[in-house]
Amino acid sequence: MPKDHGIGASPKRREDIRFLTGEGNYTDDMNVHGQAYVHFLRSDVAHGRIVNVDTADAAAMPGVVRIFTGDDFADVGSIPCGWLVTDRFGEPMQEPAHPVLAQGKVRHVGDPIAAVVADSLEQARDAAEAISVEIEELPAVVDMASALQDGSVKVHDDLKNNLCYDWGFVEENRDAVDAAIKGAAHVTTLELRNQRLVANPMEPRVAIGEYSRSTGEHTLHTTSQNPHVIRLLMGAFVLGIPEHKLRVVAPDVGGGFGSKIFHYAEEAFCTFAAKAVNRPVKWTSTRSEAFMSDAHGRDHVTKIELALDADNNFVALRTDTMANMGAYLSTFSTSVPTWLHGTLMAGNYKTPLIYVNVKAVFTNTVPVDAYRGAGRPEATFQLERVIDKAARELGVDPIALRRQNFVTEFPYATPVAVEYDTGDYVATMDKLEEIADLSGFESRRAESAARGKLRGLGVNCYIEACGIAPSNLVGQLGARAGLYDAATVRVNATGSISVMVGAHSHGQGHETSFPQVVADMLGIDADMIDIVHGDTSKIPFGMGTYGSRSLAVCGSAMVRATEKIIAKSKKIAAHLMEASDADIELKDGQFTVAGTDKSVAWGDVTLAAYVPHNYPLEDIEPGLEETAFYDPANFTYPAGAYACEVEVDQETGKVTIERFSAADDFGNIINPMIVDGQVHGGIGQGIGQALLENCVYDDNGQLLSASYMDYAMPRADEVPFYAVDHSCQTPCTHNPLGVKGCGEAGAIGSPPSVVNAVIDALQSGGHDVTHIDMPVSPSRVWAAMNQ
Amino acid sequence: MYSFDFEKPSTIADAVAALADDDAQALAGGQTLIPTLKQRLASPEKLISLTGIPELQGICTGDNGALCIGAGTTHADVAAGAGAFPALAALAGNIGDPAVRSRGTIGGSVANNDPSACYPAAVLGAGATVVTNAREIAADDFFDGLFETALEEGEIITEVRFPIPEVANYQKFEQPASRFALVGVFVVKFADGVRVAVTGASEEGVFRWREAENALSNGMDAALIEGMSPNADDMITDLHGSAAYRAHLVGVMTRRAVAAAN
Repeated sequence: MPKDHGIGASPKRREDIRFLTGEGNYTDDMNVHGQAYVHFLRSDVAHGRIVNVDTADAAAMPGVVRIFTGDDFADVGSIPCGWLVTDRFGEPMQEPAHPVLAQGKVRHVGDPIAAVVADSLEQARDAAEAISVEIEELPAVVDMASALQDGSVKVHDDLKNNLCYDWGFVEENRDAVDAAIKGAAHVTTLELRNQRLVANPMEPRVAIGEYSRSTGEHTLHTTSQNPHVIRLLMGAFVLGIPEHKLRVVAPDVGGGFGSKIFHYAEEAFCTFAAKAVNRPVKWTSTRSEAFMSDAHGRDHVTKIELALDADNNFVALRTDTMANMGAYLSTFSTSVPTWLHGTLMAGNYKTPLIYVNVKAVFTNTVPVDAYRGAGRPEATFQLERVIDKAARELGVDPIALRRQNFVTEFPYATPVAVEYDTGDYVATMDKLEEIADLSGFESRRAESAARGKLRGLGVNCYIEACGIAPSNLVGQLGARAGLYDAATVRVNATGSISVMVGAHSHGQGHETSFPQVVADMLGIDADMIDIVHGDTSKIPFGMGTYGSRSLAVCGSAMVRATEKIIAKSKKIAAHLMEASDADIELKDGQFTVAGTDKSVAWGDVTLAAYVPHNYPLEDIEPGLEETAFYDPANFTYPAGAYACEVEVDQETGKVTIERFSAADDFGNIINPMIVDGQVHGGIGQGIGQALLENCVYDDNGQLLSASYMDYAMPRADEVPFYAVDHSCQTPCTHNPLGVKGCGEAGAIGSPPSVVNAVIDALQSGGHDVTHIDMPVSPSRVWAAMNQ
Repeated sequence: MYSFDFEKPSTIADAVAALADDDAQALAGGQTLIPTLKQRLASPEKLISLTGIPELQGICTGDNGALCIGAGTTHADVAAGAGAFPALAALAGNIGDPAVRSRGTIGGSVANNDPSACYPAAVLGAGATVVTNAREIAADDFFDGLFETALEEGEIITEVRFPIPEVANYQKFEQPASRFALVGVFVVKFADGVRVAVTGASEEGVFRWREAENALSNGMDAALIEGMSPNADDMITDLHGSAAYRAHLVGVMTRRAVAAAN
């Protein structure tokens, strides 16, 4: 077995060579012969009626090819939402139209009103400034509670109100939960806001549409995490282009964090316009545009109540959440606060009764959708914060309270409709206590105090549902697509291999880790294997990369396809060695007849498959290529325990993170170095949410945090060296690799421990502070201390 | 950005002549102006680059012992070359990031007078003299509110002269996103008194905190200003902090600067 590059090894990421030397091929690096450029004229008011858009002067300006407005898209479909949520009364959600360019009204700052296609980008911008737009400004609805009041201004005139849905889960438990809370020995209540975030991948979005009049074929190059999903949504729902005439390519993509899952108006525009003007049309988002056109994340307002009995056992949990949808329903927006949030409210604990209510609300803001963790960070944050608050109210150790209520027997069916197949929360907590040196905390606190600083310790657990998802299950829940994945293993005559995978790598390191799996299975060198991804014309199918699903779902498809390759190879080898199939063993790239010294090499078999002179043609086809589709039997459930130590400067309110430790159970691990990196990055984003990031609108719907001057991203000097451990491994029971996924854990697991640590620090200093909303900025901490 | 004409004179005289054109605008390090142009928030017809003028470059010691810094000297060069005034060198070395420090200039920053910039606190705190092509302006007469200065149209800063204090220190509390000063306080002690200049905090831009100066005239001792903070009425409230918080921070940063200066 190739120990230096098989499963469990940490070869460096092969893709980094091109990324670090400027040889990457990002969408904006591409320039197509004859391309024109589009600039979108975007609304600078949050809500208004479009009275008139006069493009006459602009159309006559130098270089202008054509100017499009909403009228040009009258016969084009609405940008679809991929998930139909049914409310607690059995009614479907309210689902407004989402035109490619605004029709009749603008509904958020950044809503595109017109698009100028010109020979150069500067000419397009010049002409856009010459477009005369008359908008009757309407009052904006920004605050969710206000939006839900009777008589509120409506974001969508054709809907009943601003309520997308009122979801209850599990609705049948509602009364029992109410009764249990009413009769409980202790109830801890916490009200909080999980603030709106901007994903901010390093690479802004880009789209290039092309059309061939001679073949009728459309091509879209786009910054996407899932090109087949874009082909499906845009082809079938928006533009009416059949799959065989629509190729979608997502080449190197510089980060997504969820924000590049969704089908965006700009993609449909460039595809549509390329045919209309018979030229390739390119759009590159500026960072300023990204702030007001990329889907935002989070933005929940929640009240959570945890009921405990006299022995501190959790007896019931009830949550009420308002989830901001923004002005339109982005692709997976409706699933995030429901099925990706409510189903995780049990956390790592055996709370018998849980009821989750979510009201999704339309507002005059940028649409909100999945962002690293997508619903699970929101669930984890409120649960782990309310447990911490309960421990403080009851005067018990927060770790002990958690341990007392852990789920310890698996499989475990939660009261919120999911079944954890495996896990060991005691083991990860034990490991955390060790790597975080919790026994040394008091001496570190004393040392901080000697320097005038308050030191705090915060701990939390998390669980997430990854590897989404069983198609029949999500179909019942309202998904408008299946969530399987696919892989083709193409073995070439000389034994080298191309694996076409439906997963898309945009920072995850698939080009390194996926070949490790195949190399391990075949016992050949990983350098003989490449993966191909991101092009609907090259790969069989794929639902893409999000929800920490790539290895668990697409990797499983790759394993199944490789198993088919092995089975066929053994038949070929058996023929070559005149033995029985059943006696053939494959080890270290050699096929041997069990119990003999007869063997043929991997390359002998692959050559025979393509030069079938001595070959069992009567039994099997020549060639060596296999495809598998894999639909998971369940979600996977990565889980772990995190600890954060902070120092608080009482004079300024500034919080610094002194230590951060993460003990994760990801099941089996392919490349530990890549897993470390995923956890590091996730924690960095979690710390960003906990301390820094905040997307803020004013009452008029103007985006106040519209650039890096006001939107604070985490930087290297704001995070500590992490202690990360993933040696606790309970392999997933239902996928062939036993893997669970690690891409989102850091972002899900880290915010509560940061805030718990700040509260611990403040209370240790005698400050009566029980909660501070994120970001826990210096000014907020100071205000809390001086309230 | 919009199109514009570009000139790069090599002498102060040529630059002044070029700037006599009403449609011309000076371009120093460009760390504010270039992003503004890229967002199409300014549309000068002609940019006059000041980066090709040797007379504006470099650091020297004047006849009276003052540290004379050419207006075109970058933050990085001040950080490396203003050893005679360590607090000033430290301030320059903590502006922005390495890219900003390699392009941005002291003259550009002082002329721009961003209410959250660091340099105005140093210039006002040290009682420096702003030298232009036409005259010498005392720091106390130079800064005139947000982005406003005593500079006339077409007048360019050629040099900033800093008297060398007995001790000085600058404390910056960074705005979390931009890392400009949410509050920055430059405290300087000369033989004849103490000056305290505050940036980032006030609706009126950089200012001298006279109460603290008076209190500290009895000695550079943070205890003399314990519990003091300026009136919050004039302070900025924004996403990153209330007026009350900023007023409080002015007190904290001043005490820290006094303590660190000693």
